[in-house]
Amino acid sequence: MGLEEKAGDMGIVTTSLETVVNWGRTNAMWPLLFGLACCAIEMMGSQAANYDLSRFGMEINRASPRQADLIIVAGRVSRKMAPVVRRLYDQMSDPKWVIAMGDCASCAGVFNNYAIVQGVDEIIPVDVYVAGCPPRPEALIDGIIQLHEKVKRMRITGEVRPLEKKEKVFA
Amino acid sequence: MDNATVIERLRAALPEAIEKTAEYRGDLSIYVARDAIVDVARFLRDDPALSYKFLDSLCGVDYLGRSPRFEVVYHLLSFNNRHRICLKVGANEGQGVPTLTNLWATANWQERETYDLLGIPFTGHPGLQRILMPDDWEGHPLRKDVPLGGEEVAFTFNQDQIYAHKPFAKE
Repeated sequence: MGLEEKAGDMGIVTTSLETVVNWGRTNAMWPLLFGLACCAIEMMGSQAANYDLSRFGMEINRASPRQADLIIVAGRVSRKMAPVVRRLYDQMSDPKWVIAMGDCASCAGVFNNYAIVQGVDEIIPVDVYVAGCPPRPEALIDGIIQLHEKVKRMRITGEVRPLEKKEKVFA
Repeated sequence: MDNATVIERLRAALPEAIEKTAEYRGDLSIYVARDAIVDVARFLRDDPALSYKFLDSLCGVDYLGRSPRFEVVYHLLSFNNRHRICLKVGANEGQGVPTLTNLWATANWQERETYDLLGIPFTGHPGLQRILMPDDWEGHPLRKDVPLGGEEVAFTFNQDQIYAHKPFAKE
C-alpha cells in the first residue's frame, strides 16, 4: 500500500481518535433497506453495477433498522406512512443519518395536498437533501459524499464542526 | 347485445326500478332507484340473456350543489355479450346505499374506498371501515367542499415566514 512505501518502515501511525472514528463511520455506512416510491428505483440503480455504491462502503442494505446507520427516504411520505417512517428512524441505533432523496421527500414536490407529508423533515431530522424528480444516481452519490464530508467534521462529542473558510467541500 | 334490449328486458322485469336512462356515444347509463339497486344488479347478473357477471368498478362522485349530491357509479361487464353498462344511484348527505357485497365480493373494498373518500355509507356492508386514509382521519377528503390542503409554496420572499410555523422535527 501507498503509506508504508512513502513513509518507510514506521510501524506506528498517530492520528486523532475523531479521525479514526469518522473514517470508520464514513467507510462502512450501511443504509436501511427501505424505499417508498419511484426514487427507490433510482436508489437501486445507484447501488447496482453501473454506479456501484459499494465504492463508498455502502453496498449492504440492512433489512433491520437496528443495523443501519443511514435512512434514505426515497419517495413521497403519505400521512398514513409517516408514523412508520418515524418508528423506523427511532429503531435505528445512534449515530444515525437521514438523506431526503428527491423533491417529494424534501418538500412534497408536486404533491401539495392533504395526503402527503410536506417534506419528511416534519417527522425526522434530515442531514442532506437531494433535489431531482427522481435524482439521477450521480445526484444521490453526490448527496452521500456530502453526508460523508459532514460526518468527517463530526466531533467525538457529537456536534458538527463548522466548515472553515478555506476548506472545500468535495467538488 | 344492444342498449335497447337491455333497457327493454330490465323494464319488463323491474318496471319501478329505473328512473331514467342516458346514452352517450353508444354507452348506456341507467339511473336506478336507491332501494332497487340490489334487485337490478342481481337481475342483470343472473338473467341468462344479459349475464353481466363482472362488477368492473364501483366508485362515487360528488356533485356539490346538486340534489342528490352524491352518485354511486357501477360499471358492469358481460363477457358473453361483450357489452358494458353503467348503473348510477343518487344519494344525499347521510343517505345509505344498499351494499352489493352479497352479489360480488369485489364490492367490499370498493365500497369501503367510496365510503372512505366521499362518506357515502353502504347499508348492510359487513365491515365499513376506512381503507386508504388513516383510521383516525377526520372527514372525507374527496368531497368537493374539503380544501386541498398542503402548504403555501415557499419562494425566496416568503420562505422565512412559512418556515417559521412549519413543524420541523427534532432529534
